[in-house]
Amino acid sequence: MPETTAPNGQSQAADFEPKIVAFFCNWCTYLAADLAGTSRLRYAPNVRVVRVMCSGRVDPQFVLEAFAQGADGVLIGGCHPGDCHYQEGNYKALRRYHLLRRMLEQMGVEPERFRLEWISASEGERLRAVVNDMVEKVRALGPLRKNAAAQLLEEATVR
Amino acid sequence: MTQPSARIGVYICHCGTNIAGTVDVAALREYAATLPHVVVARDYKYMCSDPGQELIKTDIAENGLNRVVVAACSPHLHEHTFRSACEEAGLNPYLCHMVNIREHDSWVHTGPAATEKAKDLLRAAVQRVVWNEPLERRQIPIRQSVLVVGGGIAGIHAALTLANAGKKVYLVEREPSIGGHMAMFDKTFPTLDCAACILTPKMTAVKSNPNITLWTYSEVISVEGYVGDFRVQVRRKPRYVIEDLCVGCLECVEACVYKQPKFADEFNLGLSKRKPIYLPFPQAVPQVVLIDPETCIEFKSGKCKKTCVEACGERNAIDFNQKETIETIEVGAIILATGYQTFDASRISYYGYGTYPNVYTALEVERLINASGPTGGELVLRDGRKPRTVGIIHCVGSRDEHTNRWCSRVCCMYSLKLAHLVKERTGAEVYNFYIDMRTPGKGFEEFYNRVAEEGVHFIRGKVADVYPANGDGQLTLKVEDTLLGQVRKIPVDMVILAVGLEPRADATEVRRMFNISCSSEGWFLERHPKLAPVNTFTDGIFLAGCCQGPKDIPDTVAQAGAAAAEAFQLLDLSAIEMEPNTAYVLEGVCSGCKTCVGLCPYNAISFLADKHVAHINEALCKGCGTCVAACPSGSIRQHLFEDEQIFEEVHGIMA
Repeated sequence: MPETTAPNGQSQAADFEPKIVAFFCNWCTYLAADLAGTSRLRYAPNVRVVRVMCSGRVDPQFVLEAFAQGADGVLIGGCHPGDCHYQEGNYKALRRYHLLRRMLEQMGVEPERFRLEWISASEGERLRAVVNDMVEKVRALGPLRKNAAAQLLEEATVR
Repeated sequence: MTQPSARIGVYICHCGTNIAGTVDVAALREYAATLPHVVVARDYKYMCSDPGQELIKTDIAENGLNRVVVAACSPHLHEHTFRSACEEAGLNPYLCHMVNIREHDSWVHTGPAATEKAKDLLRAAVQRVVWNEPLERRQIPIRQSVLVVGGGIAGIHAALTLANAGKKVYLVEREPSIGGHMAMFDKTFPTLDCAACILTPKMTAVKSNPNITLWTYSEVISVEGYVGDFRVQVRRKPRYVIEDLCVGCLECVEACVYKQPKFADEFNLGLSKRKPIYLPFPQAVPQVVLIDPETCIEFKSGKCKKTCVEACGERNAIDFNQKETIETIEVGAIILATGYQTFDASRISYYGYGTYPNVYTALEVERLINASGPTGGELVLRDGRKPRTVGIIHCVGSRDEHTNRWCSRVCCMYSLKLAHLVKERTGAEVYNFYIDMRTPGKGFEEFYNRVAEEGVHFIRGKVADVYPANGDGQLTLKVEDTLLGQVRKIPVDMVILAVGLEPRADATEVRRMFNISCSSEGWFLERHPKLAPVNTFTDGIFLAGCCQGPKDIPDTVAQAGAAAAEAFQLLDLSAIEMEPNTAYVLEGVCSGCKTCVGLCPYNAISFLADKHVAHINEALCKGCGTCVAACPSGSIRQHLFEDEQIFEEVHGIMA
């Protein structure tokens, strides 16, 4: 990953390519990404998808670990409210997301770096829009600040 | 869980040029070979082909592989293929993991970034698969019955196919009779078969088939369970006539205190009248009357002479105290055939539907020209005159960004059919106003040519306005004739709007009840547009007919047959294997906090008071993993989605 870090820890380099770890549910958002593929919708290549059966499976530790390992952003994708394949796993994800987001903010991780989005199996276009938007916003922020990551590494030893 | 000594084979698919045209597969293979535990790395033109699978099988045998990673398309497409290949070679199928470098990579990215992404994803998979464990699938028995929802031609055909094959079928229809839209049509294109002549024998076959339980005037209200074992509740609305006792003699209708029909007849779209006690239409199945409590005097005042009861006599079929009942059934599979609704033409105000009496929808005209319709098959205007000129406007509520963007597929053809029938019955001049003529189908183009030769006029252009002509009750159609390049104003006696097809208003509630997905337009979503067109993403639930998208009768029947075959195939297995991705509790670690118990939507988690630990019933667990993520002590784990596996995937991505 090309990266230049300014003294304040914020990279302003134009060639900075953020790396974003995504957790997509098997039934909606993963399929939306499949649909974006079959529809040949071009979007930013910065997201790496980890498939889980439900957004409710996303343990906050997964998110912390991704940041601790240096991910510039984490994106969770689930089914729209009311559409969860497992009835209500996405609501569970939403609850954890709100708590985790506040915690991450206190650790110095900007809120734009952590998103939960509802993207249904038919929304390939929305998948593209969300990914592109998130990549742009994280690119503008620069790489995850090393001190924040280091702090996380220390604190996220719950494993 | 300890890390075993893994011997991994990595297989990279070119998918022709689909992947290899974008991702540098040779570089990816070389990179894969450098990863820890990778014993062999290969790339091949089509990994899913027999020779491709053979590569894997041979390597498992000869190189002693105990893990396999396949970088190819989406696991939704070929995970089963590669797991089966591993299984055939004696490797537990869950020691195989797929990397999606097509849908998620080569089809959406370009340049070196695509290869870089492929490397990251591949590395993640290699690190993950080390932690995969052999798993066994659970066997679930399948109930030997099928629920078919919707009694149009799709549901009828699917139900008959299954019943004739010896399967028990419950056919649930919302309306008082089966038949659906097809029962309303006069002739069918392009052969001009009489719709009733070909449909009613199938309708009566449904009623007489001992394997079919037919519930009309009924609706599904809840669905629980999963493939092989669905529990479904059906509400049977009261018809105030006991179905088993009514013989369909219609003496009650004759005897009703209303001597003349007075109320809008739903089946004829309000173009004729019916009495409060009525048969929906002459060929209705079942041949059982019903009473509309909104219009029946007995229901409104309790002071009717009840001449209907008198006429029914000893049969005693009329029961004013009938209540709705809730039936619970258990089925192994479900076929949804809930159909469509036609576009509400009043949404396009400039066509004047609902404002000018002689503007009709195509469905209304189907009833008007139908021999059993309100005018006995005579096409007349509302004032009783025969039309001398008729304009048919195509694409009403189709191919229009203000209403519905899709092509409804059937309107061009039914407009041609109506043009032919109108000309045949009335001798009127018929004008068709079209954007494009779409006649792909067996015998369709020939029919178009035939209708053109019969002297029907075709004007290419979208009608911009419909307004009263001077005085004589005619309507003027204003249209830009795009072939002549000029605006024309054509006076007609009758306007027929070729309304498009759209998802039913309650499609969203229905799909949520059955836990399936919709396309962005609202049609029920098939599992794969080409290779699984009647399956849904919910195992055991299949689609037939227009609920999946607009289609004509031949396509609907073909799809219904396919859905029946899929359901039959499922039932015939007698037991199915469930994915083993269930959650389980490490009892020694569980602190007994009960956090998980309330989280499970399937009530699969109970609390063992004696041991003071949580317990997961594997048969009820669907494998979502919510409880796993919530467990504060890390004592709940999930097969195939173990923490270690996901952490390693994250580490692999970020390495």
